[in-house]
Amino acid sequence: MPKLLTGAEIVFKCLEDQKVEHIFGYPGGAVLPIYDELKNHPSIKHILVRHEQGAGHAAEGYARSSGKPGVVLVTSGPGATNVVTALTDAYMDSVPLVCISGQVPTHLIGTDAFQECDTTGITRPCTKHNWLVKDINDLSKVMHEAFKVATTGRPGPVLIDIPKDIQFAKAKYKKPNKEKKLNGKSHNKFSQDQIDELVKLLSKAKKPIIYSGGGVINSGPKASQALREFVELTGFPITSTLQGLGAYPGDDNQFLGMLGMHGTYEANNAMHDCDLLINIGARFDDRITGKIDEFSPNSKKVHIDIDPSSINKIIKVDLAIVGDVTSVISKINKTIAKRKNGHSKSNKSNIAKWWEQIEKWREKDSLNFVNSDESIKPQHAVQRLYELTKNKDTYVTTEVGQHQMWAAQHYKFNKPNRWMTSGGLGTMGYGLPAAVGVQIAHPEKLVIDIAGEASVLMTMQEMSTAVQYNLPIKIFILNNQYMGMVRQWQELLHEKNYSESYSEALPDFMKMAEAYGCKGIKADNPDDLDDKIQEMIDYAGPVIFDCHVDPNENCFPMIPSGKPHNQMILGPNDQEDNKIKGKGKALV
Amino acid sequence: MPKSKSAYSTPTKKQKSETYIFVVWVDNEAGVLARVVGLFSGRGYNIESLAVAEVDAIKNISRITIVTTGTPQVIEQIRLQLTKLVPVHKVAEFKREDKGVIFKEMALFKVVGKRNKIDKCLNACKKFNPVILDETKSSAVIQITALRREIDKMNKKLKPLGLISTSRTGAVAMTRGAKIFN
Repeated sequence: MPKLLTGAEIVFKCLEDQKVEHIFGYPGGAVLPIYDELKNHPSIKHILVRHEQGAGHAAEGYARSSGKPGVVLVTSGPGATNVVTALTDAYMDSVPLVCISGQVPTHLIGTDAFQECDTTGITRPCTKHNWLVKDINDLSKVMHEAFKVATTGRPGPVLIDIPKDIQFAKAKYKKPNKEKKLNGKSHNKFSQDQIDELVKLLSKAKKPIIYSGGGVINSGPKASQALREFVELTGFPITSTLQGLGAYPGDDNQFLGMLGMHGTYEANNAMHDCDLLINIGARFDDRITGKIDEFSPNSKKVHIDIDPSSINKIIKVDLAIVGDVTSVISKINKTIAKRKNGHSKSNKSNIAKWWEQIEKWREKDSLNFVNSDESIKPQHAVQRLYELTKNKDTYVTTEVGQHQMWAAQHYKFNKPNRWMTSGGLGTMGYGLPAAVGVQIAHPEKLVIDIAGEASVLMTMQEMSTAVQYNLPIKIFILNNQYMGMVRQWQELLHEKNYSESYSEALPDFMKMAEAYGCKGIKADNPDDLDDKIQEMIDYAGPVIFDCHVDPNENCFPMIPSGKPHNQMILGPNDQEDNKIKGKGKALV
Repeated sequence: MPKSKSAYSTPTKKQKSETYIFVVWVDNEAGVLARVVGLFSGRGYNIESLAVAEVDAIKNISRITIVTTGTPQVIEQIRLQLTKLVPVHKVAEFKREDKGVIFKEMALFKVVGKRNKIDKCLNACKKFNPVILDETKSSAVIQITALRREIDKMNKKLKPLGLISTSRTGAVAMTRGAKIFN
């Protein structure tokens, strides 16, 4: 008869078989048996966070930067409710997470016991699936299925709720079953006919554009490779969503920059005027499309996505290819190559005029800003940070707000998995714990959280985690004393009524760094900026960098709400131009 | 156009809504109905009626029948979103007007009154296979099976004849002929 294992032992057996090396968590009454078992499994390292939300975001950073699922361990009740924000964030941005939560013993479920909550009920809408394990004999099967659900298809978070008595109960351990299909839900559903149809569209297009998204990153490094080949083969311009940055080199000439609400002038105008739009692993988010009725009105639209429910959800498309980005793009590349061997007619000449038009849009230089030698402009700070770190393999996380958009605009990513940001849910406080997770996955790499002072205060306690594990993360705070993006919207839409968007009493970040036991650096003069950034990079431990920037700077260009792509508000330089021509008003 | 005072776009023109019936085969496990119903409420879809019961005790499969309204785009989304749920095996949907599909609801009417009134009630229900499930000198429980609108109509019609309580199910559906949903 095989040995019987306790529930806690089975949990770790499963984690070992799933090749988990790190878990992010916080102990509590209902998970103590699992924590007790931790000592017997040296291959699994536990990272103790300071708040369960931090555990979730750290696991997200870990997952996004490594391609492996992030694992979270929390207790019942408040432990589980605290992790809900991170689960929702992971759900919106398709990040594979496996969250294990303790639960009160089965006989107490439903009695309002101490630290009891309906965890599976609360997390049902923010996970791909969740399980309450009420029978110890189901535990190994559920654990393995959880990893499968989290990592296959469109990735996402899952949660396993394990009552305390199940953690003590004993059963046989079952190894993962490799053959098992999830109700026959396969992911590559495309045919060669669809690929041929796409290739035909490619050859006919005169004004094509490729719009790639987070799906390319999620599909793995091979997808980025295939995408680069595809862009080279076709000679088409490419733009990217916030989540897709890094899939295609940010400094390449065929890359038009990010699109959408704070995207570049050339990317958005190209989206509006194109005759063929190829969406690769993106989901037509409302920050991307602007006004739906006027979204890319004259184009044939192709959508490549692993999730069938993304197709036609927002924008009706002419050709949908459901499948994994790597498989689809590789197939396309092969098909193009085959055709080229037959007759070497390239369509690059077809699109020469289109490129001329794009170059004209580019001349607007829409990311420009008026620099200053008195105060540090936030855009300048990001540009300097990029210049001083671009030769290292740098990983960047962000919080949410103006600084996030400036980072996306001015920091250029050349590799996938180097850019971790909360796009879908827009979670302030994501970046610091995410940086913790990234640094755990890549101990030797430079990890920077480009932060805002308001966001970073939401999860500041995780500095303590960084110090405990000596994680040399750099928290680069663009401190403008405002919730900048809130203030910007109030300026544009609410007659400059800056209701509650100014932080009256900010902490002294230098002293805060000292209190946490890390290094603090402060910069408020553009002349010292480079030296100070260099000092931050050279320092071997965690750093809080308090960069005082111009508090009144706004993030441009932008598409105002309810407007199509070709009606952007540009930066201050162009606004002057527009005023002279009397067109400025119409654009605001 | 009034200036939008929000970070979101204003709603665009809507297509016409139509009534559809969804049939969903799911693993009969704890919480599965909550997943299905939660998907509807969470994404703002509408449920007009709902019927659910286990149909295969060996395979542990339940069959859920949901009547809903939505634009063609929303209906497609409902199907695709339902299909993504882990315990969902199969989803079928059809228009209410679909001639190839039968769908029925059941209602129980409690009528209190003199015999002649109860007889009148039975007579009114004649078209809908009335069955008397319980009878006393002054009351009767009548079961009918019919379409939603027919039951609505009967409900109104029987009120003056002594109807004091109505209990009704959601719709269940079945294809005509030898064909099954797939």
